[in-house]
Amino acid sequence: MKRFFSFVHKEFLHIFRDKRTLLILFGLPFVQVLLFGFALTNEISYAKIAILDNDKGMHSRKITHRLLSSGYFRLEENLTTYADIEKAFRKGKIKMVVVFPQDFDSEYERSKGAHIQLLADASEQNTAISLVNYASAIIGDYSAAQNPVASSPMMIDVRSRMVFNPELKGAFVFVPGVMAMVLLLVSAMMTSVTIAREKEMGTMEVLSVSPLTQSQIIFGKVLPYLLLSFINGCLIIALGVWVLDMPMNGNLLLLLTETLLFIFLSLSIGIFISTLTDSQLVAMFASLVILLMPTIFLSGFIFPIESMPKPLQVVSNIIPAKYFIAIVKGIMIKGVGIGYLLKETLILLAMAGLFIFMSLRKLKTRSL
Amino acid sequence: MEKVVIADKLTKKFGNFIATNEITFAVDKGEIFGFLGANGAGKTTAMRMLCGLLKPSSGDAKVAGFDVYTQTEKIKERIGYMSQKFSLYEDLTVRENIKFYGGIYGLRLPAIKSKTEYILEKLSLGEVADTLVASLPLGWKQRLAFSIAMLHEPPVVFLDEPTGGVDPITRRQFWDMLYEAASNGTTIFITTHYMDEAEYCNRVSIMVDGRIQALDTPRRLREQYGVESMDGVFQILARGTSTK
Repeated sequence: MKRFFSFVHKEFLHIFRDKRTLLILFGLPFVQVLLFGFALTNEISYAKIAILDNDKGMHSRKITHRLLSSGYFRLEENLTTYADIEKAFRKGKIKMVVVFPQDFDSEYERSKGAHIQLLADASEQNTAISLVNYASAIIGDYSAAQNPVASSPMMIDVRSRMVFNPELKGAFVFVPGVMAMVLLLVSAMMTSVTIAREKEMGTMEVLSVSPLTQSQIIFGKVLPYLLLSFINGCLIIALGVWVLDMPMNGNLLLLLTETLLFIFLSLSIGIFISTLTDSQLVAMFASLVILLMPTIFLSGFIFPIESMPKPLQVVSNIIPAKYFIAIVKGIMIKGVGIGYLLKETLILLAMAGLFIFMSLRKLKTRSL
Repeated sequence: MEKVVIADKLTKKFGNFIATNEITFAVDKGEIFGFLGANGAGKTTAMRMLCGLLKPSSGDAKVAGFDVYTQTEKIKERIGYMSQKFSLYEDLTVRENIKFYGGIYGLRLPAIKSKTEYILEKLSLGEVADTLVASLPLGWKQRLAFSIAMLHEPPVVFLDEPTGGVDPITRRQFWDMLYEAASNGTTIFITTHYMDEAEYCNRVSIMVDGRIQALDTPRRLREQYGVESMDGVFQILARGTSTK
């Protein structure tokens, strides 16, 4: 046991001596969480719009007022001619133009069938769709408020409520995603690189001749990263809750246990990668290509799995991060217990078992 | 004389390929035993079996009195090992390297402390004790690596081409260390590519295609083959040609 601790002590020396690794280890989660939490958001606030009011009647002014006081839009300029619209878009500042036709007031009063044109800059298609939806909703509200009695008795009143995330906060989606990505990267890449380094330097040879057993070497390599990754995980959760206002509706202990399980899985992937290669560079690229890309694109972290083509949806089932993200969302946002997360947990466990099994088989046929 | 390494018809097969073919030899306590052979002759495979890293296919071998089939753990505790890459951690200091290897060989803290002082004093490394190994000259690293391989006072130390890439003067200094260790009773089992080093050994064995073709003192081998140097002996045996 004393031998084992000498080994672990040495690993910590490696980690703390390498300032760059340390920076990646603890800088990465901070930067990622803040970046994804604040910058990469689908929420819209104070989008710049322009208004072309050809009528200048009571209703058009009231609607304009409603739009601007909603918090979603800010008036950038008032246009006077149709020709100005294209110019305004070309300048790139405004995202949407609201056009009231000349006889808006009288048409509205007379036939209840007035038209408003919304033009949105669809070079950012998601923003454009959201803006148009928000504006339509506000205008619809106004119209409904104008004639509550006159509305047809057969009208269907749709009322929607966004459950679990009423404010549609992007952080709710990104924090679990970033957590999965950072833990997977740090744990898997760091372990595979550090084992490959021992092989490259020739020190693995000396270790294997020493009285240390193979499992002592592996667990000695893994333990420091398990600890550091766990601290990392806690850090991300704390950032999410206190800086990005994520809720913590479920059991914290369960969340931490699941985090540990996911770290263990990531480490076992790292060990498996290191059994395949002797070079630090290959280990690093393998980690990036096998882990980072699929995690970002196929885990549902950025792109919804439901909107992927069928074959990719099938592939997404083997991405560990997918299950971990589901677990984190379940616990933090929905506040569910282990009963609802049993399937995901078991899949992660099975994956960890599979990688450990494959690594051991590899190690048997050739010495570390 | 006490035999520290004994191999009896030691054989290792990989499929149909026979890497080591019934090699037999015995190394005395305090002897410097040169283990020569061209690349691919089976040296490394033989060494790995003796170090307990590889199970032999047949034959017997004992290292420091322990069996290579059943007592590999005991063997690993009793042997020292140094590879051609010197196997030090470059991002650790001299002191930390000594402490780490002391630790994994199960030395107690006071023993590690006194050994550290002893090594620093002996190699005059006192001033660089707390600098990173990466900044040391190659010759210093080499001698430090050997001292670390000897840290737990093993009865036998295996050196795998320990002088690669080192200049002749530094090599000479290194051999002085080997002689001193041998005179204190440590058995030295060394592979090398340098034929002048083969002359320094008490006895050398030359492996060709998995078999030991010659095994004697350098002087008797030279006489037997009628050549001036060990290089000549090696040329005749390993390459099937003569330099004469």
